[in-house]
Amino acid sequence: MRHLLSIEDLSADDLSGLLDLAQTFEAVQQRDVPKVPALRGKTVVLAFFEDSTRTRTSFDLAARRLSADLVNFSAGSSSLKKGESLRDTIETIDAMGVDAIVIRHASSGVPQQVTRWTKAAVINAGDGWHQHPTQALLDAYTIRKRLGTLEGKRVVLCGDIQHSRVARSNIQAFTKLGATVTVVAPRTLLPSSLDHWPVEVSKSLDESLEQSDVLYLLRIQHERMGQSLLPSVREYRASYGLTTERARKLSQDCVIMHPGPMNRGVEIDPEVVDDPRVAVLDQVTAGVAVRMAVLFNVLGPGQFDRDDEADPASSSKKRSAA
Amino acid sequence: MIVLRGGTVIDQTGSSQRDVVVDQATGLIVEIDQDVVATKATTHPGEEHQVHDVSGCMLAPGFVDLHAHLRDPGDEAAETVLSGSRAAALGGYTAIVAMPDTDPCLDNAGQVLAMESRKRGALCDVIVSGTVSEGRQGQQLAPMAELAGLGVSTFTDCGSGIQDAGFLQRALEYANDLVTDSGNGCVIAQPCDLIELSAGGQMHEGEWSCTLGLAGCLGLAEELMVGRGIALARQTGARLHLQHLSMAESFDLVREAKAAGVPVTADVSPHHLILTDQACAGYDTAFKVMPPLRTDADVAAARQAIEDGTIDAIATGHAPHSPDAKERPFDQAPAGVLGLETAFAALMTELDLELDLLLGLLSWQPAEIAGLGGRHGCKLEVGQPANLVVIDPAKSWTVEPVGLASRAVNTPFAEREFVGKIRHTLWNGEFVVENFEATR
Repeated sequence: MRHLLSIEDLSADDLSGLLDLAQTFEAVQQRDVPKVPALRGKTVVLAFFEDSTRTRTSFDLAARRLSADLVNFSAGSSSLKKGESLRDTIETIDAMGVDAIVIRHASSGVPQQVTRWTKAAVINAGDGWHQHPTQALLDAYTIRKRLGTLEGKRVVLCGDIQHSRVARSNIQAFTKLGATVTVVAPRTLLPSSLDHWPVEVSKSLDESLEQSDVLYLLRIQHERMGQSLLPSVREYRASYGLTTERARKLSQDCVIMHPGPMNRGVEIDPEVVDDPRVAVLDQVTAGVAVRMAVLFNVLGPGQFDRDDEADPASSSKKRSAA
Repeated sequence: MIVLRGGTVIDQTGSSQRDVVVDQATGLIVEIDQDVVATKATTHPGEEHQVHDVSGCMLAPGFVDLHAHLRDPGDEAAETVLSGSRAAALGGYTAIVAMPDTDPCLDNAGQVLAMESRKRGALCDVIVSGTVSEGRQGQQLAPMAELAGLGVSTFTDCGSGIQDAGFLQRALEYANDLVTDSGNGCVIAQPCDLIELSAGGQMHEGEWSCTLGLAGCLGLAEELMVGRGIALARQTGARLHLQHLSMAESFDLVREAKAAGVPVTADVSPHHLILTDQACAGYDTAFKVMPPLRTDADVAAARQAIEDGTIDAIATGHAPHSPDAKERPFDQAPAGVLGLETAFAALMTELDLELDLLLGLLSWQPAEIAGLGGRHGCKLEVGQPANLVVIDPAKSWTVEPVGLASRAVNTPFAEREFVGKIRHTLWNGEFVVENFEATR
C-alpha cells in the first residue's frame, strides 16, 4: 500500500493479508520484550486534529513496538492555533522528512487532501463521517479471532449510521470478507440513500437479535438530540439499546462489539458490559497488532521510498497569487 | 477601421458569410457585407484599414453574463473588477452583471457609485447590481429606487437568497414599479435554496454524499424555493429571475409557469450542464459549489430545459475563491467555481447544441433580462455598437488553472481539453482580446 485512506481501496485479499500480518504481530506482543526492529530509522508522525484516546495510544504503541521514531503532534498545541492552514502544517511536517503521517480529522476527506501536500505515506486514523479503516481492520480481526471467519456471518450494525465513519468502513470491510450486514437504526440516523450500499435495513433490533452472529453497537452522540434526530437517549435505549433482556435473546457465541467510548445505559446496559460475549477489550488489544500491520505494510521493506516520487508540491501552482 | 474578413456572421437573424468593418473611433459597425474589402474599403483609400483574416471563424454578438462575483471590494486576493473583466473578455463576454455580495455589499448609493472607479480600465462593461435588502439580511429593503436612479436594474440577495416569503413578496411589488435612469424596468434575481432544508450541506444529498460522509443538500430545498418564487411572481405580476437552477424538478416548475404566463425567467450554470456530484469523490473542493453538482438525471433535464426554451440564459455564477480558502477541508471550504473564461468552450465542447441556440443563451437572451438589449447582444448590423466575438471553432486548448486570467484558480475544468475558443473580442470597437490574448 502507498497510503491507507479507505477500506474501499482494498481487496478481500488485501484485507486478509493485513489480518494475517496482524496475527504475527500479536505474537510479538506476547514476548517479554514486545518489540521488533522492523521500522528502525523510519519516522512516523501522529497528527491528530481531533481528540482521541484509544486510536492515538494504539498507533503510538504500534509505532514504538516496530522501533519507528515517533512524533506526536496535536492540533491544540500547534501553530494551527495561530491560524496556520492545514496545507502549511502538513508541508511543514513533510519538509522535516517524515515517512508516514497518521492523521485524524473531524472533516471527511482530509487524509485524501493531505496526500497532495506530502511525500509521506498517509494513514487515515478517522476522518469525519467518512472512514476509519484501522477500526474496521481491528473489528474484522476480532471477529475472525472469535468466530474463525467472517465468511457467511451475519453482522447487525445498530445505531447512528449516518454520522459514523466506523459504520462506513466496517460495512465495506465485513462484506468484502464475506459477511452479510444488516443496519438497524431510526430513519433519522440512516443515510438518505442506501441503495448502493451492500446492506439490509431493519427497523427493529428485536427482530434482528436471534439471527445475528455479531451485534455491533455504535456510539450515540448527545448532539443528535439537539438536531431533532432523536427525542431522547431514554427513547433510543428503549428501541435500540442492548438491554439485559435483549442480550438474553442473542445466541451463546454472538460477538457483542462497540468501537468505544461506550455510553453505558444507552447503547448498552451496564450489566451487559461484563458479559463474556462482549469483545470490547479484545477490540482494543487487536488495535495495536492491526496498526503494527498497517505501518509495516506501508513502511516496511520493499515499500515505497518517499524520494522516488516527483515533488507533489509541483501541482500546487499559483499559490502565491493569493 | 478594423476589417474582419472571411468569417461567418451568426446572430438572432441567422447566419451568413459576411465581412464586418468596425470604426474604432465611434465603436460602431460601419459596414457589413460580402467581400467588403474588394469593394468599399478600396474606395476609401485615405483610411487606414486593419484587415484581419477570420476565415473559418464565427462572428457573433458579445456574450452577457448575468451572474459574476468579482469580490471587489472585500476579497481582492480572489478577484478584482479588472481581473474578472479580463477573464470575461477572454471568455467572449462584453458585459457582465457584477453581483452585489461584496464586502461591504452594494446596498446603498455610496457603494454603487464607488464601483465606478473600480471599473476604470475594465475590459468589458461591468454592470453593477444591488442587493434587495440592507446588508443582505432580508430584514429591511435596500433603497432600490435610489439605486435604480443610478442605473441599477438587477437586485439580488445572492448567496443564500431571500428566505422570507413575505419579504420576497414586498420586494417584488416594490421593484416592479421601478425604472432606471435609462428607462429599463427592474428585476429581482433570486437564488433558490430553502436553507431550512439545506443548512450545513456540502454537496448534493444522494449516493455520493452518503458514501463520502459529507452532509447533503436536499434537492427539495431548491424545488420548494422555485415553487414559492413562481407563486409570488404570479400573485404580484412582478418579474422574477431565478438564478442557477440545478434540479430536474425546478425545470419542470419553470416550464409550467411559463406556459401559464407567469413573468419568470431562469438561468442555469455551465457546470450544472456538464458535471455531476460524482466529481466530488476525490474531495477536490474545486467541485464544491452552491447549488451543488447534481445527478446525471438533473444534467439531462438541464440540457432539455435549455433546448426547449424553459431556460432563458446560461449564467456562469463565476465565484472566485483564493487557493488558501479552497485548500481547507471540504466542509470548511467556500462554495463556488470560476466560469467566465471557460463557459463558452466548455459548452461548445461538451454539449451537442446548435450554435445559434447556444449563442442566444449566452448573448441576446441574457442581454434582454439585464436590460442591455440596446448595447449588447444586438444584431450585427450597420450602426450597432461593435460588441462582438470572433469564435475559432477548431481551436483546441487545455484549461490550465494558473494560466487563467482570474486571480483565483478554482476552475472545475482543470486539465480538461476543450475545442473552440474566443479568438477576438471587440468591446465598443476596441480589441480587448486579439488572437486569444487579452490586449491589456
